[in-house]
Amino acid sequence: MKRMTWFNVTSLTLGFAFLYLPMIILVIYSFNASKLVTVWAGFSTRWYGELLQNEAFLNAAWVTIKVAVISSSIATVLGTMAAYVLVRGGRFMGRTLFSGMIYAPLVMPEVITGLSLLLLFIGIGLDRGVLTIVLAHTTFSMCYVSVVVSSRLVSFDRSLEEAALDLGSSPWEAFRLVTLPIIAPAVISGWLLAFTLSLDDLVIASFTAGPSATTLPIKIFSAVRLGVSPEINALSTIMIAIVTVGVITASLVSKRSSLRAQEEARAAERPSA
Amino acid sequence: MRRFALIAVPYLWLLALFLVPFLIVFKISLSDTALAIPPYTPTIKDGISALIAELDFENFTFLASDDLYWKAYLSSLRIALISTILTLIVGYPIAYGMARAPEEWRATLMMLVILPFWTSFLIRVYAWMGILSNEGLLNQLLMWTGVVAEPLQILNTNTAVYIGIVYTYLPFMILPIYAALDRLDESLNEAAEDLGCSRMQAFWLVTIPLSRNGIVAGSFLVFIPALGEFVIPSLLGGSGTLMIGKVLWEEFFNNRDWPVASAVAVILLLILIIPIILFQRNQQKQAEAEQ
Repeated sequence: MKRMTWFNVTSLTLGFAFLYLPMIILVIYSFNASKLVTVWAGFSTRWYGELLQNEAFLNAAWVTIKVAVISSSIATVLGTMAAYVLVRGGRFMGRTLFSGMIYAPLVMPEVITGLSLLLLFIGIGLDRGVLTIVLAHTTFSMCYVSVVVSSRLVSFDRSLEEAALDLGSSPWEAFRLVTLPIIAPAVISGWLLAFTLSLDDLVIASFTAGPSATTLPIKIFSAVRLGVSPEINALSTIMIAIVTVGVITASLVSKRSSLRAQEEARAAERPSA
Repeated sequence: MRRFALIAVPYLWLLALFLVPFLIVFKISLSDTALAIPPYTPTIKDGISALIAELDFENFTFLASDDLYWKAYLSSLRIALISTILTLIVGYPIAYGMARAPEEWRATLMMLVILPFWTSFLIRVYAWMGILSNEGLLNQLLMWTGVVAEPLQILNTNTAVYIGIVYTYLPFMILPIYAALDRLDESLNEAAEDLGCSRMQAFWLVTIPLSRNGIVAGSFLVFIPALGEFVIPSLLGGSGTLMIGKVLWEEFFNNRDWPVASAVAVILLLILIIPIILFQRNQQKQAEAEQ
Protein backbone atom coordinates (compact mmCIF):
# COMPACT_ATOMS: atom_id res chain seq x y z
CA MET A 1 0.00 0.00 0.00
CA LYS A 2 1.29 3.41 -0.87
CA ARG A 3 0.61 6.09 1.63
CA MET A 4 1.04 9.79 1.13
CA THR A 5 3.65 11.29 3.38
CA TRP A 6 3.21 14.86 4.57
CA PHE A 7 6.09 15.83 2.31
CA ASN A 8 4.33 14.57 -0.81
CA VAL A 9 1.06 16.21 0.14
CA THR A 10 2.80 19.53 0.77
CA SER A 11 4.80 19.46 -2.44
CA LEU A 12 1.72 18.61 -4.50
CA THR A 13 -0.36 21.31 -2.81
CA LEU A 14 2.29 23.99 -3.20
CA GLY A 15 3.11 22.88 -6.74
CA PHE A 16 -0.44 23.01 -7.98
CA ALA A 17 -1.06 26.26 -6.12
CA PHE A 18 1.91 27.73 -8.00
CA LEU A 19 0.57 26.43 -11.32
CA TYR A 20 -3.00 27.59 -10.82
CA LEU A 21 -3.06 30.62 -8.50
CA PRO A 22 -1.81 33.14 -11.09
CA MET A 23 -4.56 32.15 -13.48
CA ILE A 24 -7.22 32.10 -10.77
CA ILE A 25 -6.17 35.61 -9.69
CA LEU A 26 -6.35 36.75 -13.32
CA VAL A 27 -9.88 35.37 -13.63
CA ILE A 28 -11.01 36.99 -10.37
CA TYR A 29 -9.62 40.38 -11.33
CA SER A 30 -11.36 40.28 -14.70
CA PHE A 31 -14.59 40.84 -12.73
CA ASN A 32 -13.14 43.86 -10.95
CA ALA A 33 -15.16 47.05 -11.34
CA SER A 34 -12.13 49.30 -10.98
CA LYS A 35 -9.98 50.41 -13.86
CA LEU A 36 -7.00 50.09 -11.51
CA VAL A 37 -6.23 46.45 -11.88
CA THR A 38 -4.66 45.98 -8.47
CA VAL A 39 -7.42 47.50 -6.35
CA TRP A 40 -10.59 45.51 -5.81
CA ALA A 41 -13.67 47.68 -6.21
CA GLY A 42 -16.53 45.23 -6.36
CA PHE A 43 -17.91 42.72 -8.83
CA SER A 44 -18.68 43.82 -12.36
CA THR A 45 -18.89 42.40 -15.86
CA ARG A 46 -18.14 45.81 -17.32
CA TRP A 47 -14.88 44.74 -19.03
CA TYR A 48 -16.59 41.89 -20.84
CA GLY A 49 -19.08 44.39 -22.23
CA GLU A 50 -16.33 46.72 -23.35
CA LEU A 51 -14.44 43.82 -24.90
CA LEU A 52 -17.42 42.90 -27.03
CA GLN A 53 -17.60 46.50 -28.27
CA ASN A 54 -13.92 46.54 -29.20
CA GLU A 55 -13.91 45.90 -32.91
CA ALA A 56 -10.13 45.66 -33.24
CA PHE A 57 -10.07 42.71 -30.84
CA LEU A 58 -13.05 41.02 -32.50
CA ASN A 59 -11.44 41.35 -35.93
CA ALA A 60 -8.16 39.99 -34.64
CA ALA A 61 -9.99 37.08 -32.98
CA TRP A 62 -11.69 36.26 -36.27
CA VAL A 63 -8.38 36.33 -38.19
CA THR A 64 -6.78 34.13 -35.53
CA ILE A 65 -9.51 31.51 -35.66
CA LYS A 66 -9.49 31.50 -39.46
CA VAL A 67 -5.71 31.05 -39.55
CA ALA A 68 -5.83 28.34 -36.87
CA VAL A 69 -8.56 26.29 -38.58
CA ILE A 70 -6.97 26.44 -42.04
CA SER A 71 -3.38 25.91 -40.95
CA SER A 72 -4.13 23.09 -38.51
CA SER A 73 -6.21 21.27 -41.14
CA ILE A 74 -3.48 21.47 -43.80
CA ALA A 75 -0.88 20.63 -41.17
CA THR A 76 -2.82 17.53 -40.12
CA VAL A 77 -2.95 16.22 -43.70
CA LEU A 78 0.72 16.99 -44.40
CA GLY A 79 1.86 15.82 -40.96
CA THR A 80 0.00 12.51 -41.27
CA MET A 81 1.50 11.99 -44.72
CA ALA A 82 4.95 12.75 -43.36
CA ALA A 83 4.47 10.37 -40.42
CA TYR A 84 3.29 7.62 -42.77
CA VAL A 85 6.30 8.16 -45.01
CA LEU A 86 8.70 8.10 -42.05
CA VAL A 87 7.25 5.00 -40.41
CA ARG A 88 6.06 2.98 -43.44
CA GLY A 89 7.82 4.57 -46.38
CA GLY A 90 10.91 2.39 -46.29
CA ARG A 91 14.05 3.79 -47.82
CA PHE A 92 14.09 6.63 -50.28
CA MET A 93 16.54 9.26 -51.38
CA GLY A 94 17.04 11.99 -48.82
CA ARG A 95 15.22 10.22 -45.99
CA THR A 96 17.69 11.54 -43.40
CA LEU A 97 17.19 15.10 -44.60
CA PHE A 98 13.43 14.57 -44.47
CA SER A 99 13.38 13.34 -40.89
CA GLY A 100 15.80 16.11 -39.97
CA MET A 101 13.42 18.69 -41.41
CA ILE A 102 10.57 17.14 -39.39
CA TYR A 103 12.42 17.33 -36.08
CA ALA A 104 14.39 20.56 -36.52
CA PRO A 105 11.42 22.97 -36.36
CA LEU A 106 10.47 21.49 -32.97
CA VAL A 107 13.65 22.81 -31.37
CA MET A 108 14.17 25.86 -33.57
CA PRO A 109 13.76 29.11 -31.61
CA GLU A 110 10.62 30.89 -32.79
CA VAL A 111 12.51 34.11 -33.55
CA ILE A 112 14.66 32.25 -36.09
CA THR A 113 11.71 30.47 -37.74
CA GLY A 114 9.88 33.78 -37.98
CA LEU A 115 12.85 35.68 -39.34
CA SER A 116 13.68 33.06 -41.96
CA LEU A 117 10.10 32.81 -43.24
CA LEU A 118 9.78 36.58 -43.42
CA LEU A 119 12.97 36.82 -45.49
CA LEU A 120 11.59 34.15 -47.81
CA PHE A 121 8.24 35.90 -48.26
CA ILE A 122 9.93 39.20 -48.96
CA GLY A 123 12.35 37.48 -51.33
CA ILE A 124 9.62 35.99 -53.49
CA GLY A 125 7.51 39.15 -53.25
CA LEU A 126 4.58 37.61 -51.41
CA ASP A 127 2.46 40.23 -49.63
CA ARG A 128 2.23 39.57 -45.94
CA GLY A 129 -1.24 38.77 -44.67
CA VAL A 130 -3.45 35.83 -43.75
CA LEU A 131 -1.86 33.62 -46.41
CA THR A 132 1.69 34.07 -45.12
CA ILE A 133 0.65 33.38 -41.50
CA VAL A 134 -1.16 30.23 -42.64
CA LEU A 135 1.92 29.05 -44.54
CA ALA A 136 4.16 29.72 -41.54
CA HIS A 137 1.87 28.04 -39.01
CA THR A 138 1.28 25.04 -41.25
CA THR A 139 5.01 24.50 -41.59
CA PHE A 140 5.86 24.28 -37.91
CA SER A 141 2.67 22.59 -36.74
CA MET A 142 2.86 19.82 -39.37
CA CYS A 143 6.03 18.71 -37.62
CA TYR A 144 4.22 18.40 -34.29
CA VAL A 145 1.38 16.50 -35.97
CA SER A 146 3.82 14.15 -37.61
CA VAL A 147 5.55 13.37 -34.29
CA VAL A 148 2.21 12.63 -32.59
CA VAL A 149 0.92 10.48 -35.46
CA SER A 150 4.16 8.58 -36.00
CA SER A 151 4.30 7.55 -32.34
CA ARG A 152 0.88 5.94 -32.88
CA LEU A 153 1.90 4.36 -36.20
CA VAL A 154 4.98 2.78 -34.60
CA SER A 155 2.93 1.01 -31.94
CA PHE A 156 0.37 -0.36 -34.36
CA ASP A 157 0.09 -3.91 -35.57
CA ARG A 158 1.17 -3.90 -39.17
CA SER A 159 -0.33 -7.29 -39.93
CA LEU A 160 -3.78 -5.66 -39.96
CA GLU A 161 -2.77 -3.59 -42.98
CA GLU A 162 -1.16 -6.63 -44.60
CA ALA A 163 -4.34 -8.66 -44.06
CA ALA A 164 -6.39 -5.97 -45.82
CA LEU A 165 -3.93 -5.95 -48.72
CA ASP A 166 -4.01 -9.77 -48.94
CA LEU A 167 -7.79 -9.67 -49.02
CA GLY A 168 -7.63 -7.56 -52.15
CA SER A 169 -7.89 -3.95 -51.07
CA SER A 170 -5.74 -1.33 -52.73
CA PRO A 171 -3.12 0.44 -50.58
CA TRP A 172 -5.36 3.51 -50.46
CA GLU A 173 -8.35 1.42 -49.32
CA ALA A 174 -6.22 -0.33 -46.71
CA PHE A 175 -5.16 3.08 -45.42
CA ARG A 176 -8.65 4.52 -45.41
CA LEU A 177 -10.47 1.50 -43.97
CA VAL A 178 -7.87 0.02 -41.62
CA THR A 179 -5.02 2.41 -40.79
CA LEU A 180 -6.92 5.67 -40.56
CA PRO A 181 -9.60 4.49 -38.09
CA ILE A 182 -6.87 3.08 -35.83
CA ILE A 183 -4.66 6.17 -35.87
CA ALA A 184 -7.68 8.53 -35.76
CA PRO A 185 -7.24 9.49 -32.06
CA ALA A 186 -3.64 10.52 -32.77
CA VAL A 187 -4.70 12.44 -35.88
CA ILE A 188 -7.36 14.27 -33.88
CA SER A 189 -4.98 15.14 -31.06
CA GLY A 190 -2.47 16.24 -33.69
CA TRP A 191 -5.08 18.58 -35.14
CA LEU A 192 -5.92 19.95 -31.68
CA LEU A 193 -2.25 20.50 -30.93
CA ALA A 194 -1.73 22.29 -34.26
CA PHE A 195 -4.83 24.38 -33.65
CA THR A 196 -3.68 25.43 -30.17
CA LEU A 197 -0.14 26.17 -31.35
CA SER A 198 -1.54 28.41 -34.06
CA LEU A 199 -3.93 30.21 -31.69
CA ASP A 200 -1.11 30.74 -29.27
CA ASP A 201 1.69 31.88 -31.52
CA LEU A 202 2.93 35.42 -31.14
CA VAL A 203 6.50 35.45 -32.41
CA ILE A 204 6.17 33.75 -35.79
CA ALA A 205 2.90 35.58 -36.50
CA SER A 206 4.55 38.93 -35.70
CA PHE A 207 7.19 38.29 -38.32
CA THR A 208 4.87 36.95 -41.00
CA ALA A 209 1.77 39.12 -40.48
CA GLY A 210 1.34 42.28 -42.47
CA PRO A 211 -0.62 45.39 -41.67
CA SER A 212 -3.68 43.84 -43.33
CA ALA A 213 -3.90 40.95 -40.88
CA THR A 214 -3.34 41.12 -37.15
CA THR A 215 -3.85 38.10 -34.94
CA LEU A 216 -5.14 38.12 -31.38
CA PRO A 217 -1.76 37.36 -29.72
CA ILE A 218 -0.17 40.28 -31.60
CA LYS A 219 -3.00 42.52 -30.42
CA ILE A 220 -2.74 41.26 -26.83
CA PHE A 221 1.03 41.64 -26.82
CA SER A 222 0.96 45.24 -27.96
CA ALA A 223 -1.72 46.08 -25.38
CA VAL A 224 0.04 44.23 -22.58
CA ARG A 225 3.40 45.85 -23.24
CA LEU A 226 1.97 49.05 -21.81
CA GLY A 227 0.89 47.29 -18.63
CA VAL A 228 -1.96 45.26 -17.17
CA SER A 229 -5.42 46.13 -18.45
CA PRO A 230 -8.80 44.87 -17.24
CA GLU A 231 -10.00 44.25 -20.79
CA ILE A 232 -7.12 41.86 -21.40
CA ASN A 233 -8.01 40.13 -18.12
CA ALA A 234 -11.52 39.58 -19.43
CA LEU A 235 -10.23 38.32 -22.76
CA SER A 236 -7.80 35.96 -21.00
CA THR A 237 -10.59 34.61 -18.82
CA ILE A 238 -12.67 33.78 -21.89
CA MET A 239 -9.70 32.00 -23.49
CA ILE A 240 -8.90 30.08 -20.29
CA ALA A 241 -12.55 29.02 -19.99
CA ILE A 242 -12.64 27.72 -23.58
CA VAL A 243 -9.44 25.72 -23.12
CA THR A 244 -10.53 24.27 -19.78
CA VAL A 245 -13.88 23.12 -21.13
CA GLY A 246 -12.16 21.72 -24.24
CA VAL A 247 -9.48 19.78 -22.39
CA ILE A 248 -11.88 18.36 -19.79
CA THR A 249 -14.36 17.29 -22.50
CA ALA A 250 -11.59 15.69 -24.54
CA SER A 251 -10.26 13.78 -21.55
CA LEU A 252 -13.73 12.57 -20.57
CA VAL A 253 -14.40 11.42 -24.13
CA SER A 254 -11.08 9.58 -24.36
CA LYS A 255 -11.65 8.03 -20.92
CA ARG A 256 -15.05 6.75 -22.03
CA SER A 257 -13.73 5.34 -25.27
CA SER A 258 -10.86 3.61 -23.48
CA LEU A 259 -13.34 2.11 -20.99
CA ARG A 260 -15.43 0.89 -23.91
CA ALA A 261 -12.35 -0.59 -25.56
CA GLN A 262 -11.53 -2.40 -22.32
CA GLU A 263 -15.05 -3.80 -22.12
CA GLU A 264 -14.90 -4.94 -25.72
CA ALA A 265 -11.55 -6.60 -25.06
CA ARG A 266 -13.01 -8.35 -22.03
CA ALA A 267 -16.05 -9.44 -24.03
CA ALA A 268 -13.79 -10.80 -26.76
CA GLU A 269 -11.76 -12.79 -24.24
CA ARG A 270 -14.83 -14.51 -22.86
CA PRO A 271 -15.15 -17.97 -24.42
CA SER A 272 -18.11 -18.03 -26.77
CA ALA A 273 -20.68 -20.51 -25.66
CA MET B 1 3.38 6.94 -58.52
CA ARG B 2 1.13 7.36 -55.51
CA ARG B 3 4.04 6.60 -53.19
CA PHE B 4 6.05 9.27 -54.98
CA ALA B 5 3.33 11.88 -54.40
CA LEU B 6 3.00 10.82 -50.76
CA ILE B 7 6.68 11.47 -50.20
CA ALA B 8 7.00 14.49 -52.47
CA VAL B 9 4.23 16.69 -51.08
CA PRO B 10 5.41 17.02 -47.45
CA TYR B 11 9.03 16.87 -48.61
CA LEU B 12 8.72 19.77 -51.02
CA TRP B 13 6.66 21.76 -48.51
CA LEU B 14 9.43 21.48 -45.91
CA LEU B 15 12.16 22.17 -48.46
CA ALA B 16 10.44 25.33 -49.63
CA LEU B 17 9.27 26.63 -46.25
CA PHE B 18 11.90 25.36 -43.88
CA LEU B 19 15.21 24.66 -45.60
CA VAL B 20 15.20 27.42 -48.22
CA PRO B 21 14.28 30.19 -45.72
CA PHE B 22 17.01 28.92 -43.46
CA LEU B 23 19.56 29.08 -46.29
CA ILE B 24 18.41 32.63 -47.01
CA VAL B 25 19.14 33.60 -43.40
CA PHE B 26 22.54 32.01 -43.71
CA LYS B 27 23.25 33.84 -46.94
CA ILE B 28 22.07 37.23 -45.67
CA SER B 29 24.16 36.85 -42.55
CA LEU B 30 27.15 36.84 -44.90
CA SER B 31 26.01 39.79 -47.01
CA ASP B 32 26.45 43.53 -46.85
CA THR B 33 23.45 45.57 -45.79
CA ALA B 34 23.07 46.95 -49.30
CA LEU B 35 22.81 43.46 -50.80
CA ALA B 36 20.29 42.20 -48.28
CA ILE B 37 17.37 43.62 -50.15
CA PRO B 38 15.35 41.36 -52.40
CA PRO B 39 15.98 39.62 -54.69
CA TYR B 40 19.08 38.90 -52.57
CA THR B 41 21.54 38.90 -55.48
CA PRO B 42 23.82 37.33 -56.36
CA THR B 43 22.22 33.90 -56.10
CA ILE B 44 23.35 30.52 -57.37
CA LYS B 45 21.82 31.49 -60.69
CA ASP B 46 24.59 34.04 -61.13
CA GLY B 47 27.21 31.37 -60.66
CA ILE B 48 28.80 29.94 -57.56
CA SER B 49 31.90 32.12 -57.86
CA ALA B 50 29.89 35.35 -57.98
CA LEU B 51 27.94 34.12 -54.98
CA ILE B 52 31.03 33.32 -52.96
CA ALA B 53 32.85 36.48 -53.99
CA GLU B 54 30.16 38.64 -52.45
CA LEU B 55 30.13 36.84 -49.12
CA ASP B 56 32.08 38.15 -46.19
CA PHE B 57 32.21 37.72 -42.46
CA GLU B 58 31.76 41.40 -41.77
CA ASN B 59 28.55 40.91 -39.78
CA PHE B 60 30.17 38.27 -37.63
CA THR B 61 33.24 40.39 -36.94
CA PHE B 62 30.82 43.18 -36.08
CA LEU B 63 29.06 40.91 -33.60
CA ALA B 64 32.38 39.89 -32.11
CA SER B 65 33.58 43.48 -31.74
CA ASP B 66 30.44 44.86 -30.13
CA ASP B 67 30.24 43.52 -26.60
CA LEU B 68 26.44 43.98 -26.49
CA TYR B 69 26.13 40.71 -28.43
CA TRP B 70 28.66 38.83 -26.33
CA LYS B 71 26.90 39.92 -23.20
CA ALA B 72 23.52 39.00 -24.64
CA TYR B 73 24.65 35.46 -25.54
CA LEU B 74 26.33 34.93 -22.17
CA SER B 75 23.42 36.37 -20.25
CA SER B 76 20.93 34.19 -22.22
CA LEU B 77 23.01 31.15 -21.37
CA ARG B 78 23.15 32.15 -17.72
CA ILE B 79 19.43 32.92 -17.46
CA ALA B 80 18.51 29.69 -19.26
CA LEU B 81 20.84 27.65 -17.02
CA ILE B 82 19.68 29.20 -13.73
CA SER B 83 16.01 28.87 -14.66
CA THR B 84 16.53 25.23 -15.70
CA ILE B 85 18.02 24.48 -12.27
CA LEU B 86 15.19 26.34 -10.53
CA THR B 87 12.60 24.49 -12.61
CA LEU B 88 14.21 21.20 -11.63
CA ILE B 89 14.13 22.14 -7.93
CA VAL B 90 10.46 23.13 -8.17
CA GLY B 91 9.42 20.35 -10.54
CA TYR B 92 11.08 17.31 -8.98
CA PRO B 93 9.07 17.29 -5.72
CA ILE B 94 5.85 17.70 -7.71
CA ALA B 95 6.72 14.81 -10.03
CA TYR B 96 7.75 12.75 -7.00
CA GLY B 97 4.52 13.50 -5.20
CA MET B 98 2.54 12.54 -8.32
CA ALA B 99 4.37 9.23 -8.68
CA ARG B 100 3.68 8.43 -5.02
CA ALA B 101 0.03 9.51 -5.16
CA PRO B 102 -2.71 6.85 -5.03
CA GLU B 103 -3.31 5.17 -8.38
CA GLU B 104 -6.79 6.63 -8.86
CA TRP B 105 -5.60 10.24 -8.55
CA ARG B 106 -2.80 10.04 -11.02
CA ALA B 107 -4.80 10.57 -14.23
CA THR B 108 -6.35 13.70 -12.73
CA LEU B 109 -3.01 15.04 -11.49
CA MET B 110 -1.53 14.38 -14.91
CA MET B 111 -4.35 16.32 -16.57
CA LEU B 112 -3.83 19.19 -14.11
CA VAL B 113 -0.18 19.38 -15.15
CA ILE B 114 -1.00 19.30 -18.86
CA LEU B 115 -3.91 21.76 -18.72
CA PRO B 116 -1.77 24.93 -18.37
CA PHE B 117 0.20 23.78 -21.42
CA TRP B 118 -2.93 24.16 -23.55
CA THR B 119 -3.59 27.62 -22.16
CA SER B 120 -2.07 30.50 -24.08
CA PHE B 121 1.58 31.03 -23.27
CA LEU B 122 1.14 34.78 -23.57
CA ILE B 123 -1.69 34.78 -21.02
CA ARG B 124 0.32 32.72 -18.55
CA VAL B 125 3.19 35.21 -18.75
CA TYR B 126 0.78 38.13 -18.58
CA ALA B 127 -0.83 36.74 -15.40
CA TRP B 128 2.45 37.38 -13.57
CA MET B 129 2.60 41.03 -14.60
CA GLY B 130 -0.30 41.87 -12.30
CA ILE B 131 1.14 39.83 -9.45
CA LEU B 132 4.72 41.05 -9.55
CA SER B 133 4.25 44.76 -10.20
CA ASN B 134 5.06 47.32 -7.50
CA GLU B 135 1.39 47.68 -6.56
CA GLY B 136 0.77 44.01 -7.35
CA LEU B 137 -0.65 41.32 -5.14
CA LEU B 138 2.70 39.91 -4.05
CA ASN B 139 3.90 43.28 -2.82
CA GLN B 140 0.54 43.97 -1.17
CA LEU B 141 0.84 40.65 0.64
CA LEU B 142 4.45 41.24 1.68
CA MET B 143 3.68 44.71 3.01
CA TRP B 144 0.52 43.59 4.77
CA THR B 145 2.41 40.84 6.59
CA GLY B 146 5.12 43.33 7.42
CA VAL B 147 7.93 41.43 5.67
CA VAL B 148 8.93 44.55 3.77
CA ALA B 149 8.14 48.20 4.38
CA GLU B 150 8.65 49.38 0.81
CA PRO B 151 7.35 47.56 -2.28
CA LEU B 152 10.02 45.37 -3.84
CA GLN B 153 10.91 45.96 -7.46
CA ILE B 154 10.37 42.50 -8.96
CA LEU B 155 8.68 43.15 -12.29
CA ASN B 156 11.17 44.28 -14.95
CA THR B 157 14.08 42.48 -13.29
CA ASN B 158 15.81 39.17 -13.97
CA THR B 159 14.00 37.66 -10.97
CA ALA B 160 10.70 38.12 -12.78
CA VAL B 161 12.21 36.43 -15.85
CA TYR B 162 13.24 33.42 -13.74
CA ILE B 163 9.76 33.19 -12.24
CA GLY B 164 8.21 33.43 -15.71
CA ILE B 165 10.41 30.71 -17.20
CA VAL B 166 9.94 28.35 -14.23
CA TYR B 167 6.19 28.89 -14.37
CA THR B 168 5.68 28.42 -18.10
CA TYR B 169 8.09 25.52 -18.62
CA LEU B 170 7.28 23.59 -15.42
CA PRO B 171 5.11 20.96 -17.19
CA PHE B 172 8.04 20.12 -19.52
CA MET B 173 10.14 19.30 -16.44
CA ILE B 174 7.46 17.46 -14.47
CA LEU B 175 6.25 15.09 -17.20
CA PRO B 176 9.54 13.31 -18.11
CA ILE B 177 10.57 13.04 -14.43
CA TYR B 178 7.15 11.68 -13.53
CA ALA B 179 7.43 9.15 -16.36
CA ALA B 180 10.80 7.97 -14.99
CA LEU B 181 9.63 7.84 -11.36
CA ASP B 182 6.42 6.06 -12.30
CA ARG B 183 8.40 3.15 -13.75
CA LEU B 184 10.61 2.95 -10.71
CA ASP B 185 10.23 -0.21 -8.68
CA GLU B 186 9.59 0.79 -5.09
CA SER B 187 10.96 -2.45 -3.70
CA LEU B 188 14.43 -1.15 -4.63
CA ASN B 189 14.01 1.62 -2.06
CA GLU B 190 12.74 -0.86 0.48
CA ALA B 191 15.75 -3.06 -0.19
CA ALA B 192 18.07 -0.09 0.33
CA GLU B 193 16.37 0.73 3.60
CA ASP B 194 16.51 -2.92 4.73
CA LEU B 195 20.21 -2.86 4.02
CA GLY B 196 20.66 0.03 6.40
CA CYS B 197 20.17 3.17 4.34
CA SER B 198 18.25 6.00 5.86
CA ARG B 199 15.27 7.30 3.88
CA MET B 200 17.32 10.25 2.68
CA GLN B 201 20.25 8.05 1.65
CA ALA B 202 17.93 5.71 -0.22
CA PHE B 203 16.50 8.70 -2.04
CA TRP B 204 19.91 10.05 -3.08
CA LEU B 205 21.46 6.67 -3.86
CA VAL B 206 18.52 4.90 -5.51
CA THR B 207 15.71 7.20 -6.60
CA ILE B 208 17.74 10.08 -8.03
CA PRO B 209 20.10 7.92 -10.14
CA LEU B 210 17.20 5.85 -11.46
CA SER B 211 15.28 8.96 -12.50
CA ARG B 212 18.35 10.46 -14.15
CA ASN B 213 17.01 10.10 -17.71
CA GLY B 214 13.87 11.99 -16.78
CA ILE B 215 15.90 14.74 -15.13
CA VAL B 216 18.16 15.09 -18.16
CA ALA B 217 15.25 15.08 -20.64
CA GLY B 218 13.27 17.61 -18.60
CA SER B 219 16.27 19.90 -18.20
CA PHE B 220 16.91 20.02 -21.94
CA LEU B 221 13.22 20.56 -22.67
CA VAL B 222 13.41 23.67 -20.48
CA PHE B 223 16.91 24.86 -21.39
CA ILE B 224 16.60 24.73 -25.19
CA PRO B 225 13.48 26.90 -25.59
CA ALA B 226 14.47 29.18 -22.68
CA LEU B 227 17.67 30.12 -24.50
CA GLY B 228 15.87 31.70 -27.45
CA GLU B 229 12.94 32.99 -25.39
CA PHE B 230 11.45 36.32 -26.45
CA VAL B 231 8.05 36.84 -24.79
CA ILE B 232 9.15 36.37 -21.17
CA PRO B 233 12.14 38.75 -21.17
CA SER B 234 10.21 41.40 -23.06
CA LEU B 235 7.15 41.33 -20.78
CA LEU B 236 8.65 40.49 -17.39
CA GLY B 237 12.27 41.55 -17.84
CA GLY B 238 13.55 45.07 -17.66
CA SER B 239 15.86 47.16 -19.79
CA GLY B 240 18.76 45.43 -18.05
CA THR B 241 17.59 41.96 -19.06
CA LEU B 242 19.69 40.93 -22.01
CA MET B 243 18.47 37.90 -23.92
CA ILE B 244 19.43 37.02 -27.44
CA GLY B 245 15.85 36.44 -28.65
CA LYS B 246 15.01 39.99 -27.64
CA VAL B 247 18.20 41.37 -29.26
CA LEU B 248 17.36 39.61 -32.53
CA TRP B 249 13.81 40.97 -32.45
CA GLU B 250 14.99 44.52 -31.82
CA GLU B 251 17.75 44.28 -34.41
CA PHE B 252 15.14 43.31 -36.94
CA PHE B 253 12.09 45.36 -36.04
CA ASN B 254 13.67 48.47 -34.51
CA ASN B 255 17.03 48.79 -36.27
CA ARG B 256 15.91 47.06 -39.49
CA ASP B 257 19.37 45.58 -39.80
CA TRP B 258 18.65 42.29 -41.54
CA PRO B 259 22.24 41.08 -42.02
CA VAL B 260 23.08 41.56 -38.34
CA ALA B 261 19.77 39.97 -37.25
CA SER B 262 20.58 36.99 -39.50
CA ALA B 263 24.09 36.70 -38.10
CA VAL B 264 22.66 36.76 -34.55
CA ALA B 265 20.29 33.95 -35.58
CA VAL B 266 23.09 31.84 -37.10
CA ILE B 267 25.21 32.07 -33.94
CA LEU B 268 22.22 31.30 -31.71
CA LEU B 269 21.68 28.12 -33.74
CA LEU B 270 25.34 27.15 -33.47
CA ILE B 271 25.06 27.50 -29.68
CA LEU B 272 21.86 25.44 -29.64
CA ILE B 273 23.32 22.56 -31.64
CA ILE B 274 25.31 21.23 -28.66
CA PRO B 275 22.40 20.87 -26.21
CA ILE B 276 20.18 19.52 -29.00
CA ILE B 277 22.68 16.78 -29.87
CA LEU B 278 23.10 15.90 -26.18
CA PHE B 279 19.31 15.75 -25.79
CA GLN B 280 18.95 13.48 -28.84
CA ARG B 281 21.62 11.18 -27.45
CA ASN B 282 19.86 10.98 -24.09
CA GLN B 283 16.56 10.14 -25.79
CA GLN B 284 18.19 7.46 -27.90
CA LYS B 285 19.88 5.89 -24.90
CA GLN B 286 16.58 5.85 -23.09
CA ALA B 287 14.80 4.27 -26.05
CA GLU B 288 17.48 1.57 -26.25
CA ALA B 289 17.27 0.94 -22.51
CA GLU B 290 13.53 0.39 -22.81
CA GLN B 291 13.81 -2.22 -25.53
